[in-house]
Amino acid sequence: MAGSQDTVAGPGASGGHATETDRRERLRRFWKSDFVRSSPFWLIPLLLMGLAVYGGIIWNFLISLTDYEGFLQPPDYSQLDFEMYAQALADPAVFSTGRNTFVLLVAFTSISLILGLFLAILLDRDIRQKGAIQTIYLLPMALSFVVTAQFWLWMYNFENGLVNTFIGLFGLGPYNWIGDPQLVLGAVIFALIWQFSGYCMVVFLAGLQSIPNDQFEAAKVDGASIIKTYWRVIIPQLKSASVSAAVVLMIFALKIFTFLYAMFGTYRPPKGTDVLATLMVREAFNLQHWAYAAAIATILLAMGLLVVAPYLYYQYKARAL
Amino acid sequence: MSQSTTSKRDGVARLLPEISYRRLGLYFVIIAFVAFFLSPIYTGLVTSLKASGAATTPFLPPTPGNFTLESWGQAFDQLARGFVNSFAMAIPSTILDVILGSTAAYGLTLVDWRRQMPVVLLFVFGIFLPYQAILVPLSDFWVNIFPLSEGLIIEGITIIPANERWGTLAELTITHVAYGIPICFLLFRSYYKTISTELVEAAKVDGASITKIYTRIVLPLSKPMIGVVLIYQFTQIWNEFLFSLTLIGSSSDQAATITLILSGIGADLSGVNFPLRMAAAFLAALPTIVIYVLFAEQFAEGIAT
Repeated sequence: MAGSQDTVAGPGASGGHATETDRRERLRRFWKSDFVRSSPFWLIPLLLMGLAVYGGIIWNFLISLTDYEGFLQPPDYSQLDFEMYAQALADPAVFSTGRNTFVLLVAFTSISLILGLFLAILLDRDIRQKGAIQTIYLLPMALSFVVTAQFWLWMYNFENGLVNTFIGLFGLGPYNWIGDPQLVLGAVIFALIWQFSGYCMVVFLAGLQSIPNDQFEAAKVDGASIIKTYWRVIIPQLKSASVSAAVVLMIFALKIFTFLYAMFGTYRPPKGTDVLATLMVREAFNLQHWAYAAAIATILLAMGLLVVAPYLYYQYKARAL
Repeated sequence: MSQSTTSKRDGVARLLPEISYRRLGLYFVIIAFVAFFLSPIYTGLVTSLKASGAATTPFLPPTPGNFTLESWGQAFDQLARGFVNSFAMAIPSTILDVILGSTAAYGLTLVDWRRQMPVVLLFVFGIFLPYQAILVPLSDFWVNIFPLSEGLIIEGITIIPANERWGTLAELTITHVAYGIPICFLLFRSYYKTISTELVEAAKVDGASITKIYTRIVLPLSKPMIGVVLIYQFTQIWNEFLFSLTLIGSSSDQAATITLILSGIGADLSGVNFPLRMAAAFLAALPTIVIYVLFAEQFAEGIAT
């Protein structure tokens, strides 16, 4: 661009005619470039996705700076301030839901990863009916949160639930999993682990299968035990699989709303399970505090960025995107 | 006769050393996890076949006198509208997502132009966005700025007739297309990166245009990935709930999708009708379960990418 401007603005020593053809030639080359020629393929999806995603984020941020409430009158964009953010930071509900979000994020992500890795190692050991077993382990991932929430609501039923019946065999319980604020977050996390550990297993299995067999053989020759082989040789090589699975799980943990809504049937989940994502949707669609909800959504987005941005940067540097 | 017996015995003998305690332990753990993953589904299934109010042990199948398909019939009646709505929304949005994801990935992967990485990053970041960050503007857009449910008339020509039900479903379909593009883009991109560039380069040298390379070479090669993306994306959209809740709002709405109806089924002031809920959960999950069982490998591939 700068080059073409120089030629146009430069002294007309070489004659106006030459610059004119020069410019035409550049324009012709530009229209024939791969950038322009491939644009019909990616421009429409980019515009549609870009407006929905990035336009939506910017618009949401603008709304969070207004005092928009209810749908009766449009938001007043002439008076913008950070009042909603100040209100959110002072709100004890934001603090407690933030804490629950953090607990859920850490416990759900780490346990799902560990269990998924364990399942992948089990299935990587030359098992019969491996395909069928893998299908069963991954089956919960094919189900909607609304469906799995129905199943787990019944599992946790105080009188007739399978969970209390099972632990009753060991002389424990029964516990009121849903009604007790001390237990309900753990119960939700457990159900989510049930749904997502199969996903972790698939990611780790793909990683394990890319590790050549002779590494096991070499370790065997060296007299290393199976556990030692995995711990010292195999698991360190699964770093990139672990990172990408962890990012996906953490994003799920941050935005988890559907499971809680479907399980408890209201915008307000029982005490102990209210997370930022449910607080945001409740403020918006139950109480019509649009600006306040938008501010909480921006906070949630910032937390997501903290997880995703380093990951994408790392992937970009590693040329893995 | 005797020969076959000896060979059989040989077979057993060869098998024996394999059956070590370690191996038995391994299978025991694997089967225990099979039970763990199936138990919520199994207990849901047996419950759905029992008469409501029959408080029995949660893992035993119904006794002959207790067996009834009544809950399944009731669930189907209540979900029928949701089936129609969910198919009407999920099929077009899945197909559009596959088309847009594939063309975008082609233009940004196999056509190699400088400085395309920032554009690629824009697409990829869209996958990791928490939907909460766009919910308020999204509903503002469809309610106040561009309400398709009130019809779309441009210069006196009715493009979309005013119809609460189908208009709302059209809004939902467009929403799903827009937010489904990033993941479809990434799935196709990771696949296109494995296509040998020699083939594309050779076609280019032969003077084939970018469009021709796509329709003649890339699209036919994409068949397996198109299958993966169709299966994965249909499942995602069918199972989606938050957009349905925010754009439709109530399970009694004419446009209510199947997940929205399911979330409110079988619950009233007197408590939860679990057999009805379980039957409804199975019915709502049926299309995705069928697809999953038939194409488990493709589904796993979509998920692992």
